[in-house]
Amino acid sequence: MNAALKPKLAVKNLNFYYGNYHALKNINLQVGEGKVTAFIGPSGCGKSTLLRTFNRMYELYPKLRAEGEILLNGNNILEKGVDLNMLRAKVGMVFQKPTPFPMSIYDNIAFGVKLYESLSKSEMDDRVEWALSKAALWTEAKDKLRQSGLGLSGGQQQRLCIARAIAVKPEVLLLDEPTSALDPISTAHIEELVHELKQDYTIAIVTHNMQQAARVSDYTAYMYLGELVEVGETDNIFTAPKKKATEDYITGKFG
Amino acid sequence: MSAMSSTYTRRRLVNIISLSLSTFAMLFGLFWLAWILYTLFKNGFGGLSVTLFTQTTPAPGSQGGLSNAIIGSLLMSVGGTVIGTPIGILAGTYLAEFGDRGWLAPLTRFINDILLSAPSIVVGLFIYEVYVVRTGHFSGWAGAFALAILVIPVVVRTTENMLRLVPSSMREAAYALGAPQWKMTLLVTLRAAKAGVVTGILLAVARIVGETAPLLFTALNNQFYSNLNQPMANLPMVIFQFAMSPYEDWHSLAWAGSLLIGLFVLGMNIVARALVKPQQQH
Ligand SMILES: Nc1ncnc2c1ncn2[C@@H]1O[C@H](COP(=O)(O)OP(=O)(O)OP(=O)(O)O)[C@@H](O)[C@H]1O
Ligand SMILES: [Mg+2]
Repeated sequence: MNAALKPKLAVKNLNFYYGNYHALKNINLQVGEGKVTAFIGPSGCGKSTLLRTFNRMYELYPKLRAEGEILLNGNNILEKGVDLNMLRAKVGMVFQKPTPFPMSIYDNIAFGVKLYESLSKSEMDDRVEWALSKAALWTEAKDKLRQSGLGLSGGQQQRLCIARAIAVKPEVLLLDEPTSALDPISTAHIEELVHELKQDYTIAIVTHNMQQAARVSDYTAYMYLGELVEVGETDNIFTAPKKKATEDYITGKFG
Repeated sequence: MSAMSSTYTRRRLVNIISLSLSTFAMLFGLFWLAWILYTLFKNGFGGLSVTLFTQTTPAPGSQGGLSNAIIGSLLMSVGGTVIGTPIGILAGTYLAEFGDRGWLAPLTRFINDILLSAPSIVVGLFIYEVYVVRTGHFSGWAGAFALAILVIPVVVRTTENMLRLVPSSMREAAYALGAPQWKMTLLVTLRAAKAGVVTGILLAVARIVGETAPLLFTALNNQFYSNLNQPMANLPMVIFQFAMSPYEDWHSLAWAGSLLIGLFVLGMNIVARALVKPQQQH
């Protein structure tokens, strides 16, 4: 990988198990600071599983376990004593399906902020506007901040979820197929957004859409059956992959 | 070709038969409901008047109303709901959100299921034993406690079910922001399930306002207004007493009281339905 790359997340010998099922096999990779890293691969290869180890989402369910190391700013987040709430403050996540909370647009965004900061009313107003603007939703939502977030369209809901995630100012943003449920226009919005956001955040994005990976990412990782097959600069992966398997997948011969 | 059309004919036939059967079942149910409502209106409507709400239960042959029974029923139902609802919501929330690991939740759920189907007279006897006997007299409080015990399992069950309907993606989204579990539960899932939980409470209220058996050994009855520390009049007991009497004017009061309860329960159910509806559209 690029020598100048400063790793935000460094994954070392990561293995993940759903009970007895070995879902991630000895993964080693780095997610560069201020870069967009795309994860591609056929369905079931472990992309979501990998992403959900970065904020330890898997802890919610019994019988799941991760072994190895994931260093965030050099500290192993898989260690026992790690404060999960603080970890998730630093590593935000947006899911495949929009998940607005059953409250107003304003409160959707204030919810996360209030967990970490006690802002005055006007500071909170500013933060909400800032987050909605970043997520390219401000112009559409500014007149209905007090209306329910459930009343937005699917694409707007997804942008609301992105706004909600960046409002707490995380360092890393995890996006798990954020556009798979959206129309082309909303998808384009969100891709622009990813471009915009990488100035301030480190982004890891899972996508099934090869063009999307090529468009938005600086680095691309190709996974297959729980293994990391190849990772490198997106241009290289798409024009001159080192492994035959990657080439086959990218050119559509397989998957 | 002929094989296909014979399958098709059979499917049409099965469809027609099951449609007629379920229509018949529906009409059968509606028939009794309509008959009950008709009887209530026919016999009860004449007894509806202002004095029903202003005067207390009379001695045979004299003028009177049901005001003490109406107020008593209201007081004890509200008391039972106010006592039972918080316990029910807390327990239901525990079962749905916190009880995934360990043995306490399955045990609680099991006991709750038993309570849900326990005959209400047993609940009345229980309160008689632990409260009435100790205080030495029947009272409105005892009635409210008995009704609370009927409210709890209904609210526990609906709260748990409604919370389980909230998609786990909603929980994950709150956790992903770093919310602790209690905040996630209080601000996100309980709010998402709010309409359903309120519906459960309304159905519980609808259930207790007509209950006679749990009041038999607890609140008993009273000819006059009373406070919660005294035996207390209530519609179901008065209806029972008056309907069983040989006096014509008592009968008409009993019918009027039945109509009141019937209309109240019907109203509660309609409100409960209306509450659930807008949620289903999402
Ligand atoms: N909760 C679970 N319990 C058991 N096995 C699971 C669970 N979740 C995922 N798996 C398995 O782990 C493997 C990786 O799943 P994962 O969801 O990470 O795939 P993915 O690459 O995100 O696929 P997709 O592109 O379809 O989202 C799959 O084989 C899947 O069947
Ligand atoms: Mg996935």
